[in-house]
Amino acid sequence: MTEEEKLVGSGKPDPGDEHSSAEHPEPGLEPADSTRPAERIPVVAGRPRRGMFGVDDAGDTSGYGGLRLPAYVPPAAERPYGDWFDEVADDLLEALSGKGIAASAIQQVTIDRGEITFYVQREHLVEICRTLRDDPSLRFELCSSVSAVDYGEEVPQRLHAVYHLTSMTYRRRIRLEVAVDVDDPHIPSVVEVYATADWQERENWDMFGIVHDGHPALTRILMPDDWDGHPQRKDYPLGGVPVEYKGAEIPPPDQRRAYT
Amino acid sequence: MTTTDPYASSRETTEGRVYTVTGGDWDEFLEDAAGDEKFVMNLGPQHPSTHGVLRLVIELEGETVTQARSVIGYLHTGIEKNCEYRTWTQGVTFVTRMDYLAPLSNEAAYCMGIEKLLGIEVPRRAEVARVMLLELNRVSSHLVALATGGMELGALTGMTNGFREREEVLHLLEHLTGLRMNHAFIRPGGLAQDLPDDYHEKVTDFLKVMDKRLPGYDKLLTGQPIWRNRLQGVGYLPVDACLSLGVTGPILRSAGLPWDIRKTEPYLGYDEYDFEVPTTTEADSFGRYLLRLEEIHQSLKIVRQCLDKLEPGPVMVDDPKVAWPAKLTVSSDGLGNSLDHVRKIMGQSMESLIHHFKLVTEGFSVPPGQVYVPVESPRGELGYHLVSDGGTRPMRVHVREPSFINLQAMPAMSEGGLVADMIAAVASLDPVMGGCDR
Repeated sequence: MTEEEKLVGSGKPDPGDEHSSAEHPEPGLEPADSTRPAERIPVVAGRPRRGMFGVDDAGDTSGYGGLRLPAYVPPAAERPYGDWFDEVADDLLEALSGKGIAASAIQQVTIDRGEITFYVQREHLVEICRTLRDDPSLRFELCSSVSAVDYGEEVPQRLHAVYHLTSMTYRRRIRLEVAVDVDDPHIPSVVEVYATADWQERENWDMFGIVHDGHPALTRILMPDDWDGHPQRKDYPLGGVPVEYKGAEIPPPDQRRAYT
Repeated sequence: MTTTDPYASSRETTEGRVYTVTGGDWDEFLEDAAGDEKFVMNLGPQHPSTHGVLRLVIELEGETVTQARSVIGYLHTGIEKNCEYRTWTQGVTFVTRMDYLAPLSNEAAYCMGIEKLLGIEVPRRAEVARVMLLELNRVSSHLVALATGGMELGALTGMTNGFREREEVLHLLEHLTGLRMNHAFIRPGGLAQDLPDDYHEKVTDFLKVMDKRLPGYDKLLTGQPIWRNRLQGVGYLPVDACLSLGVTGPILRSAGLPWDIRKTEPYLGYDEYDFEVPTTTEADSFGRYLLRLEEIHQSLKIVRQCLDKLEPGPVMVDDPKVAWPAKLTVSSDGLGNSLDHVRKIMGQSMESLIHHFKLVTEGFSVPPGQVYVPVESPRGELGYHLVSDGGTRPMRVHVREPSFINLQAMPAMSEGGLVADMIAAVASLDPVMGGCDR
């Protein structure tokens, strides 16, 4: 290839376009689900990003138009987990097998920043919670927090319900996470195990549209009863009006450029 | 019943007759209701006894509460969603407006979450200063709990005294941070700026004032028969009910469990400080009053130790990719830009200008992942669940708000008691609706 050909291009695709190198990512950047066993649904915890400076309606003047970052996938932890994590995981698995629940009820274990996360199947959530609360070697007496995360429209199983449990006896904290599809947002309610989940599950329904089956009264809690939509979903707009400041019009926050 | 009074009318609905009572007309209402004393009463959301815009719907039989439900959401402002559209640093100005009586707890927990995601540690001086501010904030929050609780029970001198002392705290916080409330002073990586030069003198003066005035509460309220009779044995919630309902903070400790995250999972170096976690086993509103009063003393003890521990040094991490560049200064209208910094970026250094612009408009990227950071706010466990997808804005900011969780215990505390006892029970829960509704 001559120097000139390199400069003017040689019929090669533009950065980020079809057949460009973005489709043949370097090792480590490939989409995560290709490396995972086919039978397991991947836990995706982030949205894929492309380009920079939030510009997609004009020519690529930033030079970053070809930048493509795959969605973050929390890596599964490998044994030994270290610290007290092995003990909790072993005790939990043992207690579950005693109740006839297969180890596959826990899809994945992730340890990140000193916190352990159990990704669990929704069918077994209530029984896992009950085991965690009642088993003498686990004793997670307090359900600190129930919340949810919406990872965005393009993510499979985008709705995650997140449970933070605290063992006051052993002074440990763990996180349970249940991922569901937006078309089938059903997760069993843990109110019968942890009464404190009552309002928090109502908030999950109100804000994310997660249906906690078996909840005693799953109604809206923060928004008015006749509200349409679930405000914390990523496809629900933030709202707001443009404001004029020193002669310039400033768009509402969700329409401004996002430098991600 | 006076039908001419436009504020005390009655009307027919599908659910039965609805009356608006204004006070003093109770007998007329009962006469009109043909002696049936079982009815549903609505209290709030605008009512001087409901601790903010809280609405209580209660079923009464005579004066006994048979069922009680709280209705919330009147102060929902969508702060959690708003945070997703701002940079991580801008989020501080939002979260500080949730629990407006404990803004510094919110700022500290939020920033500690970001620091955990980033894997950075704040400098020693910033850590000690945070502890000092948090404890001052705890004092002011407990004073409001005493003051508004007193007001709801008719102890108006308790209210005026509580707000008088709280004013001292707010005055001090204004001097230290630039603002009385909603400080946005604790920032990811440290503090927005250093404490003022005369902080030692001002805090010492404040401690002297508090030492002189705090015994007044014991004289005014602790031994007072009316206060005791209104609170003792009222709003009972034993420890198993607390755990089941997720109730933490002074309410859990009043049931006898010494659970205080400052002791059980020390953060910000709380394990270095010498302080007690007071408990009672009464599990009633009076026990909670005593605990809050004692916690004020313990907080002042921590503040004293902070003064000894504060040594000169940086108050922001030494990482120009995270540290807010402006080195803000306090001026007459609160925190503002430092003129020195503006002079530098506008007149001397193009690179500084670029860097400033990038950090302020784009923010810093936070590696993907999630953390849950709990702190002991004046009302209990305040937890921040932060999720990052690797960008410069949060994917999700969830707040485990103690007011929200604790308020669930209202029916358990008040059903079967009198209306007046329900008011005392809600006052002892000390919910802050700004935090509850977020």
